[in-house]
Amino acid sequence: MTRYDTVIGLEIHVALLTQSKFLCSCRASFGAPPNSQCCPVCLGLPGTLPLINEKAVEYATKAGLALKCNINHYSRFDRKNYFYPDLPKAFQITQDAFPLCNDGYLEYYVDDQLVRTAITRIHLEEEAGKLIHSGESIVASEYSLVDYNRAGIPLIEIVTAPDIHQPKQARLFLEQLRLLMSYIGVSDTKMEEGSLRCDANISLKPSGSPVLGTKVEIKNLNSFRALEKALEYEEIRQSQVLDSGAKVRQESRTWDDRAGKTVSMRSKGDAPDYRIFPEPDLPPLNLDPVWVELIAASIPELPLERLNRLEGEYGLSRYEATFLVNYPDFGELFLELADSGLDCKTVVNFLMGDYARLAREKGHLDSERIAGLFQILDERLISQTQAKEVLDALFSSPQTAREIVKDKGMEVVGDPERLRPIVHQVLEANPQLVERFKLGETKLHGFFVGQVMRATQGKADPEAVNALLQEELVN
Amino acid sequence: MRNLAHLLETRQVSSREIVEHYLGEIKQQEPDLNAFITVDDVGALAQADAADMRRSQGNPLSPWDGIPIAVKDNISTKGLKTTCASRFLSNYKPLFDASVVRSLRDAGMPILGKTNLDEFAMGSSTEYSAYGVARNPHDRTRVSGGSSGGSAAAVAAGEAPWSLGTDTGGSIRQPASFCGVVGLKPTYGWVSRYGVVALAPSLDQVGPMARTVEDAAILFSLLAGPDPKDATSADARNFEVPFWDDQFVKDLKIGVPEEFFGEGLHPDVEKAVRRSLRTLEGQGATLVPISLATNDYAIDTYLTLVTAEASSSLARYDGVRYGERVHAADSNTMFSKSRAAGFGPEVKRRIMLGTYVLSASHYEAYYEQAQRVRTLIKLDVLDAFKQVDVIITPTTPTTAFTIGAKRNPLEMYLSDLFTAMANLSGIPALSVPCGTDPKGLPIGLQIMGSHFREELLFKVGYVVERSAAR
Ligand SMILES: [Zn+2]
Repeated sequence: MTRYDTVIGLEIHVALLTQSKFLCSCRASFGAPPNSQCCPVCLGLPGTLPLINEKAVEYATKAGLALKCNINHYSRFDRKNYFYPDLPKAFQITQDAFPLCNDGYLEYYVDDQLVRTAITRIHLEEEAGKLIHSGESIVASEYSLVDYNRAGIPLIEIVTAPDIHQPKQARLFLEQLRLLMSYIGVSDTKMEEGSLRCDANISLKPSGSPVLGTKVEIKNLNSFRALEKALEYEEIRQSQVLDSGAKVRQESRTWDDRAGKTVSMRSKGDAPDYRIFPEPDLPPLNLDPVWVELIAASIPELPLERLNRLEGEYGLSRYEATFLVNYPDFGELFLELADSGLDCKTVVNFLMGDYARLAREKGHLDSERIAGLFQILDERLISQTQAKEVLDALFSSPQTAREIVKDKGMEVVGDPERLRPIVHQVLEANPQLVERFKLGETKLHGFFVGQVMRATQGKADPEAVNALLQEELVN
Repeated sequence: MRNLAHLLETRQVSSREIVEHYLGEIKQQEPDLNAFITVDDVGALAQADAADMRRSQGNPLSPWDGIPIAVKDNISTKGLKTTCASRFLSNYKPLFDASVVRSLRDAGMPILGKTNLDEFAMGSSTEYSAYGVARNPHDRTRVSGGSSGGSAAAVAAGEAPWSLGTDTGGSIRQPASFCGVVGLKPTYGWVSRYGVVALAPSLDQVGPMARTVEDAAILFSLLAGPDPKDATSADARNFEVPFWDDQFVKDLKIGVPEEFFGEGLHPDVEKAVRRSLRTLEGQGATLVPISLATNDYAIDTYLTLVTAEASSSLARYDGVRYGERVHAADSNTMFSKSRAAGFGPEVKRRIMLGTYVLSASHYEAYYEQAQRVRTLIKLDVLDAFKQVDVIITPTTPTTAFTIGAKRNPLEMYLSDLFTAMANLSGIPALSVPCGTDPKGLPIGLQIMGSHFREELLFKVGYVVERSAAR
């Protein structure tokens, strides 16, 4: 593999989470019955005209700012013409020559190394409808049905520079991008529902050569894993082609997940001519710089910023900080608890331990209820072992930790003045053993502890009992 | 129309009687004239009865409540077939009214039916209609013009008191001129395009067609104004019908562009237009010879842009949801076979031209170049209005031609020679009858003004109309 350098660029489509569609007022939600969220405009009925949804422009601007792009105060819409049954107008309204955003970047870690991938452009466009084939594909089907609910949902297309050098890096980039989009709340980025889609371009060139090789486009990458696998497959395929002295064909290939390989779709010569020209039904978009500043001010802390803060200010390890960044719900909870004065390490260990498993099953607890559990632990009202039982109970009852402990009669007896008479009782009941202990049979210490625990039905704080026995027996 | 409104207001006539009168005319003349594609007698009478009911309760929607109208068949009417004179839409009933139709209904106007046009408004004679040619009421061996030929013929023949047309390169003014009626192509953006089936969105406008300048102004006052459903609609005020005054031409500067009076202009047309100009001069207007040299490029520019936009606007008629689907093994073959079967020859010609000028290897040489020339034309026109108030030209080079006379599409395209400039520059232009040729065929005179100066056009048109009547 070292004989060649791999060059990868990505084109990512992100469906924006606006309430209504891009060019009409239909709802844009996922999962409604087929063709229940359409109107004359998104069906492209004759004579209808598009109107820009400001929220879509706002979300796209937000995404652009989060990716450190220039937001163009002048951008324009274009028509991209092609025929397909899922495309109501037989053209897609998109932005070609003058996109909304240019020249940004995304930073992320690859094996502890911070890397930066340049973003060439981001533009707004509309989604097509969805075809449901009676057979395997449109060609193999007796008939196909069209659901236009999706038609007209706003998308942004994010195009990277050919800046990525390994399949794994491509996956890490996409994971970081997905995280960024969810942090700024513009998309639910579900690959399985198609709200995040990725096409990849990959080419190989002799190591160190400044000249790029012939690129191949890979489509149908429906998961992060598929992206990485397809690129790995293509790296090998292309290097074998080059090794044999042949040339890589410029073409589009599709990823066959089941077969684990890419398959040729069409060569460059068959690529459609989209006959793109300015959309005459929409005036250009002129953004007010003050408005853009307002959007910029609304952007929350981004994943990498949070990672740096968790490591720097809270002293967490990369592993811990990454967990909290990747699961922002845990991250938020951590910050609330840590900022309320609890020990950071204790909190993060707790969150990443049994709590994580339970929270994933049953949803999160309020930070106050978690803080309550820490409080009684701190007071030594319960033991670490008992804490697990209380935690379970917190997930199934609305009670506070203190109430649970009380109801279950779980308080640990740690008060020496309450334990001392019980210790005396145990020692007085076993004078011979006390004698043997004093003669050096120190392993009997465990027996005395057990007796005290039994006498208190397990509620005694073992540490306190130890201390008392030490005091009574040694002195 | 004011008389008709007065008769309705004073209850001397009912809306039902008016509608029945026009339906009678339609019934009698249509077999021969073919100005309508669809006549909605049941709907029109029901709307007339509703109007009469409102009148009797003292709640008319407007002074024109109950006065019927005809609507060009590329303007969407809810529940009423809107065919665009195409086989593709022979059974298409819109789910919604175009905004302009909404305005008519809000004024209480019954819709008599939908008028004939060239398929998807591509043509200058209605000979490209899938439903046969609309004949000229003045000579039924001749065309009514196009593409709004049906709307012009219906008004000229007395089948409708007024009508709506659409104008992309002259489609209101040329048939108005051929049929001897008044027609306005408004300022781009002053009338909503929502619900108007697109030919070329950057050029299309809806406008009024009527027997008199005043009627056209009244109808325009109902159409003009901003529409939130149309992103290209201008943020302009509504239009008020002007106060009519012969005297105001006294200080008027009228531009007369020599390029419009040269080769190709029929002497009869020139004579009539020059006579009207002399009359205006006699009333105190100043005639200023000007030059609009860029008009030489208007037709080429217009054809490049209109075919480009049309090839995209009409792509949705692909056999998936409209027209007869021709079954095929794969979807691309299905698309092309369905489109081959559904479209007429002129539409196919323009789609092919438009596809060509937008294709990656020709985009720069054609489409982009045409956009640049369009800018130059606009600047040329705006420049002219620094010197003059209005520009007067013939509307068309000739009077109505004989059906079948123009076999060559290029000849047909030249029908827009004097009209396309207004669409390319977005300015308003009014065609007013100014006389007849020796055969008795009407001649139209075109008055152009700068953006949003419709009031001025109507006022000048009013004087032209009165002088022609004398
Ligand atoms: Zn919709």
